[in-house]
Amino acid sequence: MVDLSRKFDCLVIGGGNAALCAAISARRAGASVLVLEGAPKFYRGGNTRHTRNMRCAHDAATDILTGPYTEQEFWEDLQLVTEGQTDEELARHMIRESKDILGWVVEQGVRWQPSLGGTLSLGRTNSFFLGGGRAMLNALYLTAERLGVDILYDAEVLDLDIDNGMFLSADLKQGDGRVSVRAATLVAAAGGFEANIEWLKQYWGEAADNFLIRGTPYNRGSILKMLLNKGVQQVGDPTQCHAVAIDARAPKFDGGIITRHDSVVFGIVVNKNAMRFYDEGEDIWPKRYAIWGRLVAAQPGQIAYIVFDASVRNSFMPTLFPPIEAGSIAELAGKFGLDAAALEKTIADFNAAVRPGTFDHTILDDCRTEGLTPPKTHWAQRIETPPYYAYPVRPGITFTYLGTRVNKQARMLMKDGRPAANMFAAGEIMAGNVLGKGYAAGIGMTIGSVFGRIAGREAAQNARN
Amino acid sequence: MHGTNILEEADRLMTVCNSCRYCEGLCAVFPAMEMRRSFSDGDLNYFANLCHACGACYTDCQFSPPHEFNVNVPKTLAIARAESWAAYAWPRAFAGLFARNGLAISLIAALSVAAFIFGFTALHDRQVLFGIHSGPGAFYKLMPHNAMAALFGAAFLYAIVALVMGVRAFWRDIGEPIGMLADPPSLWQAMKDATQLRYLDGGGVGCVNEDERPSDLRKIHHHLTFYGFALCFAATCVATLYHYLIAREAPYPWWDLPVVLGTLGGIGLLIGPAGLLKEKWKRDTDLVDQQRMGMDVAFIAMLFLTSLTGMALLLLRDTAAMGPLLALHLGVVFSLFITMPYGKFVHGIYRFVALVRHARERRMMAGGV
Repeated sequence: MVDLSRKFDCLVIGGGNAALCAAISARRAGASVLVLEGAPKFYRGGNTRHTRNMRCAHDAATDILTGPYTEQEFWEDLQLVTEGQTDEELARHMIRESKDILGWVVEQGVRWQPSLGGTLSLGRTNSFFLGGGRAMLNALYLTAERLGVDILYDAEVLDLDIDNGMFLSADLKQGDGRVSVRAATLVAAAGGFEANIEWLKQYWGEAADNFLIRGTPYNRGSILKMLLNKGVQQVGDPTQCHAVAIDARAPKFDGGIITRHDSVVFGIVVNKNAMRFYDEGEDIWPKRYAIWGRLVAAQPGQIAYIVFDASVRNSFMPTLFPPIEAGSIAELAGKFGLDAAALEKTIADFNAAVRPGTFDHTILDDCRTEGLTPPKTHWAQRIETPPYYAYPVRPGITFTYLGTRVNKQARMLMKDGRPAANMFAAGEIMAGNVLGKGYAAGIGMTIGSVFGRIAGREAAQNARN
Repeated sequence: MHGTNILEEADRLMTVCNSCRYCEGLCAVFPAMEMRRSFSDGDLNYFANLCHACGACYTDCQFSPPHEFNVNVPKTLAIARAESWAAYAWPRAFAGLFARNGLAISLIAALSVAAFIFGFTALHDRQVLFGIHSGPGAFYKLMPHNAMAALFGAAFLYAIVALVMGVRAFWRDIGEPIGMLADPPSLWQAMKDATQLRYLDGGGVGCVNEDERPSDLRKIHHHLTFYGFALCFAATCVATLYHYLIAREAPYPWWDLPVVLGTLGGIGLLIGPAGLLKEKWKRDTDLVDQQRMGMDVAFIAMLFLTSLTGMALLLLRDTAAMGPLLALHLGVVFSLFITMPYGKFVHGIYRFVALVRHARERRMMAGGV
């Protein structure tokens, strides 16, 4: 049993990658640490459970990475996806620290696997967790337990006692009652608010009812809301989030990785009016993977259909839900309640606009359309070989970007710009500092590990002073 | 549509796993799965026998129960594996021995021991049965060597024939022609994988047993069991060669090769099965095919008893207990031999064949064949 009457050096709220990195780093720096995970043990770790890899800068190839990925290149990629909406000082600091994180997480028991191909061809920039995100979490929890970090599951925080930027205690739900836990420092690593549909509706309106949440139903943003209500400075656009197009048949929550589709580049995407709305061949898929959630969210009814034919049926990853199959375009339209004539026209127009080229989905090839709006600039091939197929897709929200502002020490900043006395933040709850918009694979984990480690270290030092 | 409910479930899981692939670095099952987009009964039986039940993919899976996707690969493949053995059993009439296997093996063992004791009692008077016999040929006072060789030779031969027929059915099911055996690099690779238990290590940290803390205990005890069995088998082979080639008769002095091999093997076969049983007892029930618990325990118990009676015979062979102990030991060994094709023993054979298949597939993918 954890003794909740004692005063801890460091209280970590959250149970994912950032929280555990913070807990381990604080404990290794000599602090007594209590981790409060709001979820039951099986669901511990928030979205980390569903992650697979981490993006880190490195100067040379290693046994898990195929080549160098310099700080400068990482920075350029970040600028590209965020379109400049990032805190440069913080982002560059994170990228510098990420070089060291690759080895540090291994010291905490996490194992990397050599890239075996398959899902994403990112062997140069991203390292893959052996066994995936939950395996990584299991390793971090074992290490934390071994080091003597106290961990409570089902530990819902009801309130935070914060006085003028100074954390004093947290109120914790215990059975029917509540208990107050005191600590010298706070690390908030409790994720975003993507599972809180009511909150999402404040920014998205009724459309949010049609969003599917890819991760844990426990990321309701309650800690974030408490902190913002108690004077912590807000960062990030509340409508920005990591959102991909996922299968419309996926469960409302926690469908994870296996509901995603990577078939977009092999076909076309139409909305419920059977109209195309974006260039499906804009760029190599992993780079544009994360724009399709927002694109679908902007369509009527928040639904779209990836349409392709038999010629590319086996060109992409196998999917959890099989594609809907039909012998003709009209029959396919009928299966989704789309206007058959409209879909036939969209496909006929597309087919007529396709120019001959040499198809190669691994590069930006020369298969494109001409005179079509919107164009398909690469990998355009006629859809003419029956049977025809389609996947229905909806926006799948991974995590939100609205968060708490922090400085390089992962210390929260208050509304008046002063640093908080003893409060730190790491992970998705502060991701918006680095990610103003957009996403590149594996950055969520980089933010979590880098700022988690910093937050833990700084909190331990703060507690001693 | 698949032949059985468990194969339907295995197909569902492999469809989930094939769209995730986070586990591809953990063992051979997932890379083998990734080579396919749909799964025949044979494919699923192949995966099932390739699975070493290390449990890592269960502990690492974000979709394992209580998640609604309910992904439990180790347990599903364990059930499919056991059902496949019954399906491959030869002759078909004995397939039923796999159901309630613990009871079947216990009865056969008890009958076998009883038969030896009855035979010894019927054929010998008390002076011989409880007499002190020593020196070369002592055992043969109770059972003539030729009778022993004929009986055990026949039992062993029967087991080999039944196992070969079963493996043949498996081969056909997994779509690999007999020609697989003519691929020495694949055989060699499979031998290395099998003798090292490469895939019983959860991708490097150890096997998952009672909780999410991995350990190597199952692997260590399996090694003791397997190599203990191999040493005992080697002891029998050396003794046979002694008898026929240089006319040296059992029992042999303690320093002689058959006894040294048998003693070392016997120690392994005491510690290994005991350890495996202990780990099995502690194992998270979510990972276990509860219905086949009896089969697993029966095989472990048979190996343990084989060693225990053999060691007792070695220690007490110069006393009046030799006669009854010899009957006991021969009874246990006889029942072990004849039940081999109808119990947990077959897991090793089918797993090895699956490993050869996997090695060959990988070589073919890499363009090596």
